[in-house]
Amino acid sequence: MKAISQTFQEISPADFFYRNREIAGFANPVRAIFSAIRELVENSLDATEPMGILPDIYIRLSNMSDEDENFYVLRVKDNGSGIPADYVPLAFCQFLFSSKYKLKQSRGTFGLGGTMTILYGQITTNKPVKVISSTGPPKIYEYTLMIDIQRNRPIVLDRRIYDNNDKWHGTIVEVNLEGDYPKAMPKILEYLKQTAIVNPYANITFVDPRGRLYKFERTVAKLPRQPRETLPHPHGIDVETVYRIIRITRCKTLLDFMQEHFHRVGKRTAQRFLEFAGFPEDADPKKLKPEEVVRLVQAMKNFNEFLPPDADCLSPLGEDILKAGILKELEPEFVAVTQRSPSAYSGHPFIVEVGIAYGGKIPVGEDLILYRFANKIPLVYDESGDVSWRIIKSINWRNYGLMPGMPFAVLVHICSTKIPWKTVGKEMIADRPEVSREILNGIRDVARQLGAYLSKKEKAKYEKTRLSIFAKYLPKIAEFSAKLAGKEKIPDIGELLRRARKIEED
Amino acid sequence: MKKISFSTREKRREVLARLERFGLDLYEQLEKGIFPNITMPSRSIDNIYYSPELRQYVLGDKKIKRSASNIRHLRPFAQLVWMAFFTHELTQNQKTSTLRDVFYSAQAYDISFKDQDESDDIITDLETILGCTREDFNVFPEESSAVFGDLTIEYTIPNYEGKRLNLTSHPDGVMIGPALTSAEFIETSADKVIAIEKGGLFTRFIEERVHERFNAILVFLRGQAPRSTRYFIRRLNQELGLPVYIFTDADPWGMHIAMVIISGSANAAHIRELTTPDAKWAGVWASDIINYKLPSDKLEDIDVKRLHELMRDPRYKDELWQREINVFMRIQRKCELEAFSRYGLTHIVDKYLPQRLKDLED
Ligand SMILES: Nc1ncnc2c1ncn2[C@@H]1O[C@H](COP(=O)(O)OP(=O)(O)OP(=O)(O)O)[C@@H](O)[C@H]1O
Ligand SMILES: [Mg+2]
Repeated sequence: MKAISQTFQEISPADFFYRNREIAGFANPVRAIFSAIRELVENSLDATEPMGILPDIYIRLSNMSDEDENFYVLRVKDNGSGIPADYVPLAFCQFLFSSKYKLKQSRGTFGLGGTMTILYGQITTNKPVKVISSTGPPKIYEYTLMIDIQRNRPIVLDRRIYDNNDKWHGTIVEVNLEGDYPKAMPKILEYLKQTAIVNPYANITFVDPRGRLYKFERTVAKLPRQPRETLPHPHGIDVETVYRIIRITRCKTLLDFMQEHFHRVGKRTAQRFLEFAGFPEDADPKKLKPEEVVRLVQAMKNFNEFLPPDADCLSPLGEDILKAGILKELEPEFVAVTQRSPSAYSGHPFIVEVGIAYGGKIPVGEDLILYRFANKIPLVYDESGDVSWRIIKSINWRNYGLMPGMPFAVLVHICSTKIPWKTVGKEMIADRPEVSREILNGIRDVARQLGAYLSKKEKAKYEKTRLSIFAKYLPKIAEFSAKLAGKEKIPDIGELLRRARKIEED
Repeated sequence: MKKISFSTREKRREVLARLERFGLDLYEQLEKGIFPNITMPSRSIDNIYYSPELRQYVLGDKKIKRSASNIRHLRPFAQLVWMAFFTHELTQNQKTSTLRDVFYSAQAYDISFKDQDESDDIITDLETILGCTREDFNVFPEESSAVFGDLTIEYTIPNYEGKRLNLTSHPDGVMIGPALTSAEFIETSADKVIAIEKGGLFTRFIEERVHERFNAILVFLRGQAPRSTRYFIRRLNQELGLPVYIFTDADPWGMHIAMVIISGSANAAHIRELTTPDAKWAGVWASDIINYKLPSDKLEDIDVKRLHELMRDPRYKDELWQREINVFMRIQRKCELEAFSRYGLTHIVDKYLPQRLKDLED
């Protein structure tokens, strides 16, 4: 008999993402170059806006050499907070290292995007990444780095320090990668344009490999309100999170524990909850047995008296900024926006913002035009699987005097500490009843406003034609009746024309 | 020989006066600073009645009002006033115009009609308001029929005014156009009018000297007779006191050609002086198909349907009509005027016509 032998092997997160790069959006050269730009731009936006800095982002994509068309150098420069020098290697060359594992809204969430871009560049070109960063004077640091994929560790190839005389702060990432820009170009430009819609307070400049310059200029100097970090809401909790909290807590009783570590739990609520869950108020959280932790989490999910999470941790655009962004990029004839009041699904707060734009640069297509955004990031792939798409297709637009084929576009922005993604690809939002209800009501609201605008416009147009009909025919009636009657003088109809105007106003 | 009184000039003066009054009324409303309006009898189906006394369709009492303050009325209102002005010019200058000409003429005055139907419609409005026919204000349809026989007329149109013509002078007949319609009747030796649906037979009648043999004025109807022809026949009947006999195909459509001359059409309910109530349908009847053994065709579905309609039509209530409709239904056959040729080309003139005229005169 021959023994069956099996080899067991542990792989690092870096190795895992190396093997499964398609799940992070790097499946092929077309998609990869799109994702690389997207990840770096989003990191730059995260490094500016939440710090109260108006973003200036410069993107340059150039061919690595004249010979090979398919290799590129991507350089993204921002005026953000910069990264403390010691953290640069970890931030960029270690997977699942992030400053954004907090309960507040940000674009990045996984500690994956930037690093994945660098990993992809490394495995396709075998070249290191260059990161230049400063958090402000006195110094600027320049790192040349690679990733030790098997160990998920950064390898520092070179480190230089310069004087920072210009009070510069920000980060420059320069990465080499394989890609297919000609094929990816339409999506990249669409992505940048839509990014400009939801970030009208940013200057974004893009120079493509053929030297073409695309500029998306800032039109508002106001930033969205900044998100405040928050505690987890009991409805959104799981067993693992509770364990982590138990490990670090200093609370001696469950009564304190509930108030200290959970969002919107005061003394009265904590007491009523513990009674509901069947735990004594003075039980020591650190002594809970595993099955008790599970029971506690179950009870948290089932207790209906927790106040809903509040939206301090969110950073919606606000109606003014959304409107400014739409006006800037779509130059519509009419725009309406609405921000729905905060709501929550499974303990995760969210806010839906909806806009509708009509006319101007909006193209007339056969189908409806939808722009989707999540946490100020445009979603340009997989539209038909998204909840917003389903909703706009289900609406009877005729009720609002609209129909597909008219030049109007719907914009849906969802912001949340936890976007209900359908897949890890972060392109489609799942159908959660709480969320879809808000989307639907938001769309209805702006559609009504557009409908009202169009009917008013129609009426004004009608009124104009109406008066022109009076102006055209009354003089004829006067002229020919005078001639018939053999009169020299044609009756003055000025007064009648003035009265014609009034008939409608009454 | 009869001497006939002059009527055309007076009629023209009256039409001009009516047009001027119409204009003056609007003018005065405008001078008072009010949106002018026009009231006229409604021509909608629910206001059309058959008048047994007049033996024609007439309009009821329902009126419609057109106001220049109503956006939907403005355009037709202006068109109507222009039409009145334009036809006044025509009548005054003794110029004529076809319906099509009128439609095109409007453009020169910056008045537009989307098609000729629209301008024809406005002409009908004007007829309704003035209570006279478009021929009275010198507007004629394109198609025209012809007349032949011993009648001397005197033209009243410019350049021909005072000139006389005997209607036997042209062997094809004389076209019943504007000049003839407005001519005065001077004298005639005829004692009847024979109106014929079809051109072939009209020519045959002239060749066979029917006008002499029967002392008749022959009128070629060209199918459903145009209004000017109906008006002309009426004048022959009223002014000259001549009885009128109408010959058509033996089918419901032929019957109706005769009926429209006699009792008018619903379309012309707003006009009185177009009918000739004493005219007679002289054939070809359904019963002639049997009595004269005429070659015939089977009735089509559409013929039968039409017969059913006619049976209920108040204009057809008299005995002759009802009888013939019933014969049609019974034998399910129809025939054309030309069917008599079966017995030789002159049979209809030699045999049928004298017999039928004799019967009807009794
Ligand atoms: N341009 C930048 N300026 C400042 N800090 C940056 C910049 N780019 C990356 N970082 C830091 O590096 C960390 C890792 O970035 P990375 O893109 O890998 O993950 P993330 O943005 O946190 O999450 P996600 O996977 O969703 O992008 C960030 O959390 C941030 O702290
Ligand atoms: Mg990121």
